[in-house]
Amino acid sequence: MSRHLLSAGDLSRDEAVAILDTAKRMHAIQTREVKKLPPLRGRTVVNLFFEDSTRTRSSFEIAGKWLSADVINVSAKGSSISKGESLRDTVLTVAALGVDALVVRHNASGAVQRIAGWVSCPVINAGDGTHEHPTQALLDAFTLRERLGDLSDRHVVIVGDITHSRVARSNVLLLATLGARVTLVGPPTLMPAGVATWGCTTSWDLDAVLSGKAAGDVDAVMMLRVQRERLGGGSAAGARDLGGQFVPTEREYAIGYGLSPARLDLLPDTAPILHPGPMNRGLEISSIAADSARSMVLDQVQSGVAVRMAVLYRMLAGAEHPVLDEEPA
Amino acid sequence: MNGRARTPVEASTLGAPDVARIVDRMAHQIIENIAKIDFDAVLLGIPTRGVPLAHRLAERIRVFADVAVPVGSVDVTLHRDDLRLRGVRPLGETVEPEGGITGKTVILVDDVLFSGRTIRAGLDALADLGRPRAVQLAVLVDRGHRELPIRADYVGKNLPTSPRERVRVSLAETDGADAVSVVEEADA
Repeated sequence: MSRHLLSAGDLSRDEAVAILDTAKRMHAIQTREVKKLPPLRGRTVVNLFFEDSTRTRSSFEIAGKWLSADVINVSAKGSSISKGESLRDTVLTVAALGVDALVVRHNASGAVQRIAGWVSCPVINAGDGTHEHPTQALLDAFTLRERLGDLSDRHVVIVGDITHSRVARSNVLLLATLGARVTLVGPPTLMPAGVATWGCTTSWDLDAVLSGKAAGDVDAVMMLRVQRERLGGGSAAGARDLGGQFVPTEREYAIGYGLSPARLDLLPDTAPILHPGPMNRGLEISSIAADSARSMVLDQVQSGVAVRMAVLYRMLAGAEHPVLDEEPA
Repeated sequence: MNGRARTPVEASTLGAPDVARIVDRMAHQIIENIAKIDFDAVLLGIPTRGVPLAHRLAERIRVFADVAVPVGSVDVTLHRDDLRLRGVRPLGETVEPEGGITGKTVILVDDVLFSGRTIRAGLDALADLGRPRAVQLAVLVDRGHRELPIRADYVGKNLPTSPRERVRVSLAETDGADAVSVVEEADA
């Protein structure tokens, strides 16, 4: 495995499958009474979060702790970042504490890549702006594999704000590596420029895609969160407004691209529904869809811990890290 | 039986009929031992080749004594002490036997006993699954060169080797055919 995990596109098919297979074993451990395992004993992992997060941060924290690493959380609020320290100084200060790995989230795309160039320890991208979120793609792939088996030639539909979604970008890369077929669906204003070069089918018509008429039978659907913080709404005009720059109103978005009960019926009974969370119920996903037996939302959370345990194990437990004190043969 | 070759041999030291007889004898020895505790025992194979061995022992015990001893597996990879030295490896499967291991006599099963480090890791891994009444060890081959104070309760074949050699166990389930051979390691 390469030194850092910055992009889902860095993973070869063999590497990705090895992580997912390891995660499967880790997943079995989660149901045990005693979940603590020793391979990262004496290792220190710092969660360096410059952007709010509950599930990703706590998921990495639990994953590290179950493998016996010491995990420290540093968030932008209440740290020296709020006192005006530069990103580089903050990162170098944290790294100088003697950490073995940095798990970084930042609201600027590319920030994690920059950070990886400044420090000597492995860096894991836990989401950078609208760019990538590789462990989310891994946990989505894990959840899909649990339900569908091998993902070769499976058809996954990703719906929502593709432009601002790091989840969509990482999933497109990883699903392509694993041999799946991806269709992206969203309003034209939320389709990124150059999406034609991503190697996916694209559509503006959710009903046609879900019913299989537009791009073939659907094996799974992934609803993206409407990220108010990236659409510029919610400030002056109130929380129910999406800013009007990309989408006129929430209501119009829900009508065009929400997973309503009627759309749920268009899907095959076997197709799992994924959502990276947190969900906006009634906006991109109806409560009936979110709470249906096909909803994988909580499975995804559980898979997240297993996948992050697998990533930490494979990046930190091995010999690639310098071993100073070799035991006698 | 051929004596132990001092020079590395490519020919199999043990063939399929030898392995079958050895497994039968080990099954009888285990029966003799666990009959005293009313067969309240479980067989736990250590992946990869300890698992099919554990299933074979259970099958022979069922044939000879007409008792079903639960079988499971315990992966020791995450408890190994050489991960940093030799790097990470894929994880094997841990399957808790029916009824768990707490209060039972656990018989760990592996193909080759060498340094004892795998078994040391196995003992740690067991502690995560429960608290056995007692732990015993069954190995198909004991090749010596222990680095830890560990010994086997049931030994299929004592095979004295030099540290430069490698003992290769093949089983029908994992390798297509049963055989045990001693080969010289490429660079040791």
